[in-house]
Amino acid sequence: MAIRQEPVEAEPPRGYRVARERLRSWLDSDLFYSFRRRPGVILAATVAAALALGAAFAPWVAPHNPFDLATLNLGDAMTPPAWMAGGSRTYLLGTDDQGRDVLSAILFGSRMSLLVGLLATVLAMVVGVALGLVSGYAGGKLDAFIMRVADVQLSFPAILVALLVDGLARAALPRELQDQLAFYVLVVAIATSGWVRYARTVRGTTLVERNKEYVQAARVIGRHPAAIMFSHVLPNALGPVLVLVTLHIGEAIITEATLSFLGVGVPPTQPSLGTLVRIGNEFLFSGEWWITVFPALELVALVLAINVLGDWLRDALNPRLR
Amino acid sequence: MPHDSRPREDGRRSQSARPLVFAFILRRLLQAIAVMLVVGFIAFSLFNFVGDPVAQMVPPEATQADRDAMRHMLGLDRPFYVQFATFIEHAVHGNFGLSLRIGRPVSKLLEERFPATFELAFTASLIALIVGIPAGVYTALKRDSWISRAMLTTSLVGVSLPNFIIGIFLILVFAVWLGWLPSFGRGDTVQLGFWSTGFLTGSGLKSLVLPAITLGFFPLTLVMRLVRSEMLEVLRSDYIKFARARGLTDRAVNFGHALKNTLVPVITVTGLQLGGIIAFAIITEQVFQWPGMGLLFIQAVQFADVPVMAAYLCLIGLIFVVINLVVDLLYYAVDPRLRVESGGAR
Repeated sequence: MAIRQEPVEAEPPRGYRVARERLRSWLDSDLFYSFRRRPGVILAATVAAALALGAAFAPWVAPHNPFDLATLNLGDAMTPPAWMAGGSRTYLLGTDDQGRDVLSAILFGSRMSLLVGLLATVLAMVVGVALGLVSGYAGGKLDAFIMRVADVQLSFPAILVALLVDGLARAALPRELQDQLAFYVLVVAIATSGWVRYARTVRGTTLVERNKEYVQAARVIGRHPAAIMFSHVLPNALGPVLVLVTLHIGEAIITEATLSFLGVGVPPTQPSLGTLVRIGNEFLFSGEWWITVFPALELVALVLAINVLGDWLRDALNPRLR
Repeated sequence: MPHDSRPREDGRRSQSARPLVFAFILRRLLQAIAVMLVVGFIAFSLFNFVGDPVAQMVPPEATQADRDAMRHMLGLDRPFYVQFATFIEHAVHGNFGLSLRIGRPVSKLLEERFPATFELAFTASLIALIVGIPAGVYTALKRDSWISRAMLTTSLVGVSLPNFIIGIFLILVFAVWLGWLPSFGRGDTVQLGFWSTGFLTGSGLKSLVLPAITLGFFPLTLVMRLVRSEMLEVLRSDYIKFARARGLTDRAVNFGHALKNTLVPVITVTGLQLGGIIAFAIITEQVFQWPGMGLLFIQAVQFADVPVMAAYLCLIGLIFVVINLVVDLLYYAVDPRLRVESGGAR
């Protein structure tokens, strides 16, 4: 960020004017233009925003608290959705085998899914960007080593890497700690499976930027390599990283859902969407399809919306890829 | 690439290509062995992470001397690298010890489960090719028809769908609502030597349908989009224009000339996908309770059954490394440009 030296006398309307101008220049930008022109993207943004808000404010929005055992009524178990025969207005999307409201469970579940997905993406980004910067800037043996590891990991599917890390942690941790740490283990496992893309992209940019004059100038005046990497090289790599992040979130959510579906994700006391699908899966044959179908649909809608946004961002920020 | 940079005339392969091929194969082989050693090391450290095996094996009243004797008998007092070497030696012979959960030799368990996974993966790849290639050709030739658009949209949506959700929806529609197809297990199998096959019985084939579609869906969309983009590329080339100018029929141009030239990358990608299919079979096998290696592995992860995890890991690692190696070598054999490049012509 460029810090401009402003005169001290800052009159109140000034900040307002700056904000208004910022808003106007953003509304005039190519990015917003390409957003406005595509109804599919607007729809995706709306859906993503609605689902994210529902997840973020789940404790206040949800009609019931699915984790408060006192409010559960076994007599209400297996109630079908409101529009079917036997359904009730109290439980819009029906209830599961323990009388939990499916809608509330979905809201809390998507909270968990989004939380794990976002944390894992951020962790993967931080690790990947750091390794990419170091790799590209330092070069030599360190670079060769990091990139070799990346190559090997890339030849295995992400889900397998995540499963492996998860399994390793399970085998290494004492049993009583497992449930407490399951959340963090999951985040680390998903992040481990996704750091390579960031490292490769950032390394590529770093290799190009390293030899430019402004970096040489910074080196000549004796700035610390870490300072050069983070304040000079990194800003030039952020565009592609932003696109990667958007595309990665959806993937991380899918990986989390898959692990939870396989029964090695978050503990069942804190279900994510994948856990809900797994639990509901048992009732598919007895006719209670809503217990599994609604969480599955929420998951699909969430990932699809995020992916459409990611695709749009990639096209909008990089016209060459179109 | 660290290679000699002898000058070479363009377009003519000199006799010195042979040692280059040899060096290339050797380098790839060494790389593959290195990867396998890393995989083996991870599997080995799995064993060492899980507590102290001696503590589980001796009775609680045992003295320190008893423990030391046991430790010596198991070879745990030897230096780390000797233990690792022993592990590798056993692994090469397929000896991974007993499963902690089932109590039978791991290699035996994997051997029993392998045919199920293989038949599933094979059928899924077949579906991906048989449906994916024609779909790709169609969407490339009739770019603007609504069927093409529908197929492309479906494939985009399909990529965003987690694998297990496709399986669950298929079960819901075809097994629960319509009742046409079974939703779990392999049906009846026939034993041919050590291989148990579901291909020969009606119920075996029926049981295969839903899992194979679930597993094949992702590679199918991949093959379709690949064939489409390759076809579009080829159809623009001069020799296709020339073929049309010669008055060849559409059929001869599209299939005899264009499609043939798109097949090399398709085969490569399918080959590379095969490893992914076997890995993703873990999920499909869980959804359909398919008694393959993936189901065995996921149960092992849940129960921290280390020997099974280690063995599966080594096996999958081996499959991946072999597939990558074969594809690399095939590419080298098929695409002459690669040979020139690694020969230092560029």
